[in-house]
Amino acid sequence: MTWELLRETLLLEQYNTRLPVLGVAFLGATAGLVGSFLLLRKQSLLGDALSHATLPGIGIAFAIMSTMGFNGKSLPGLLLGATITGLLGVLLVLAIRKTTRLKDDAAMGIVLSVFFGLGVAILKMVERIPGQSAAGLDGFIYGKTASMVWSDFILITVILIVTTAITIAILKELTLLCFDADFASAQGWPILRLDIILMALVTSVTVVGLQAVGLILVIAFLITPPTAARFWTNRLGWMLVISATIGAISGWLGVSISALYSNLPPGAIIVIAAAIIFLFSMIFGTARGVLPRFLRHLQLQRKVGRQHLLRSTYEILEETQQAEPLKNVPIDMDLLRKHRYWAKGELSKLIRQARSEDHIERQPSGELRLSESGFGEASRITRNHRLWELYLIRYADIAPSHVDRDADMVEHLLGAEIVHQLETELNLSNSTIDSPHTIATTELGIQPNPTI
Amino acid sequence: MRPEHPPEFPLAVHDLTVAYHHKPVLWDVELNIPEGTLAGIVGPNGAGKSTLLKACLELIPKTSGEALIYGKPYETQRDLIAYVPQRESVDWDFPVSALDVVIMGTYRKLGWFKRITKIEKQQALEALEKVGISHLAQRQISQLSGGQQQRVFLARALVQDAEIYFMDEPFAAVDAATEQAIIELLQELNAKGKTVLCVHHDLATVSRYFDYLVLLNMRVVASGPTSETFTRENLQKTYGGKLNLLDDVAQALKNVGRP
Repeated sequence: MTWELLRETLLLEQYNTRLPVLGVAFLGATAGLVGSFLLLRKQSLLGDALSHATLPGIGIAFAIMSTMGFNGKSLPGLLLGATITGLLGVLLVLAIRKTTRLKDDAAMGIVLSVFFGLGVAILKMVERIPGQSAAGLDGFIYGKTASMVWSDFILITVILIVTTAITIAILKELTLLCFDADFASAQGWPILRLDIILMALVTSVTVVGLQAVGLILVIAFLITPPTAARFWTNRLGWMLVISATIGAISGWLGVSISALYSNLPPGAIIVIAAAIIFLFSMIFGTARGVLPRFLRHLQLQRKVGRQHLLRSTYEILEETQQAEPLKNVPIDMDLLRKHRYWAKGELSKLIRQARSEDHIERQPSGELRLSESGFGEASRITRNHRLWELYLIRYADIAPSHVDRDADMVEHLLGAEIVHQLETELNLSNSTIDSPHTIATTELGIQPNPTI
Repeated sequence: MRPEHPPEFPLAVHDLTVAYHHKPVLWDVELNIPEGTLAGIVGPNGAGKSTLLKACLELIPKTSGEALIYGKPYETQRDLIAYVPQRESVDWDFPVSALDVVIMGTYRKLGWFKRITKIEKQQALEALEKVGISHLAQRQISQLSGGQQQRVFLARALVQDAEIYFMDEPFAAVDAATEQAIIELLQELNAKGKTVLCVHHDLATVSRYFDYLVLLNMRVVASGPTSETFTRENLQKTYGGKLNLLDDVAQALKNVGRP
């Protein structure tokens, strides 16, 4: 393989692979769209049961068409057979769910494996039909793209366009069904019919996907793109767009690569491509990705540490002098450490951070001194802390001796607007407020309520 | 038309029995809810309170009996009813905003295939304004507190502009401010002549919140104006041995009849 060939395939310049690449990219977009609703309706497993239940239909359709003297491998016939047994499988799951007390997963597990086993057996049996070769039918299990011809492409495209159009036409209804089916039903929406429509949409994607992706992996094509898309957004509209895009990209990449290595099944490559995008989304997704969440947490931790340091310094200044207004004098680092039981390394780190933010200066004597901006910030933070404490004492009935810790957990989140509300609520607008509880005597290093 | 259930009642339940797996949950329920009342349905856990609402709304099959809305079956009267399900009944991780959920209340009037327009958005915003959280309209619903989520559900019911409100535990696990906001809103609806039916579990607030009361434990133990129905004897019958907290309620009972 040369890079030139890969580039030509990806850009649809290769005549042989143009149709499958286009077809499967479009399939991926539709799967991402329809799969979003399958996922939100929490019916992913039903989709899996459906795809496995298509296999007997393929074998039976081949047998019927062959014995009647038609081409046993005509795609429309095979897909029709797949649709029929696929739907039968779903109906069976629903029937088991309704008539027995079996749990959903058991019902689906049974149907899935029985239909698949049946399908494998039927495929073996139809191999013996004289005059027709059943070779290649097992391509439906793992997918086989290279065989797509013009008429197949037209058939698949038409089915996908109809599926997409229906889904877009009933976006609002599907959303309601997935979010709150009871409410929808009370409003007079036909829940059962909507569920059937959703299953029909999933069926058409599955059946079309059989040839390209194969029945074992088509479920991943339906589920992976929307799951990945969810990491990037909290909006359904965007989720649908992103999911469809991820589906299309996975299909496009997967088929292109597998076309060059003829022994690699496209289904597997497509799923691997989708999985890589999923992994990337899980880590970097802006809405719920792991990394952004971790960074936000780290940022909060930093902020909390900084506020503790500044407030402690300010409180020590208050205790060690009677001056009014408060004078910003250097203080000893040991005093600071005892004030909050800081570990030595932790305090050093906080001080380093505060120095880089220009809040604290180190004196030549080794003592620490708040900078001008640090002093203002410390006074503001201390004031907010006490405002919140007073509020808790007055309105939440928290004892003054316990208020410090409770205030500590929330105050770091106080925005300017809330602070303003607190001031009006408490009728306080002076620039300094006395602590409502006694602050630990720093000389002894004792604190009645160790804060977190 | 049954003489014992005349059509002027917003909700009349006749001979209603509901069973799950052959085990009855509701048994021979007979009920008339008068128009313009703020009615509470009260009973122990597993008494079938939510089931009663759901059976009236045809969300679960009835084994026998019927529920009539102003003398007619529910299918023909849907426009008159707004339903607030239990908050836990949906997945709050769903990728929609508070406004999106409230707009769902307008879907029935919109009908199939129609797109949401500015009019529906405006109505939904006004409903959010009424429940006091219009500033959270664009917030994703998982980022709302329990009380705010309940307010969103309430706004979705308000936007329907119904005559009868079916509410399943609207006060469950909400903060005090929300509870106060909800009850004020219900009283306001009530003052406009709407009928409100509310599944409730807190006996201490029954006499303050509701002017009509249904005591339920598989069957209707008693129903009528709260001042007559909320008695020690009726509570004993409803809760039976389960009511160890009867003494806690003694205080509440003293308040019966007081405004």
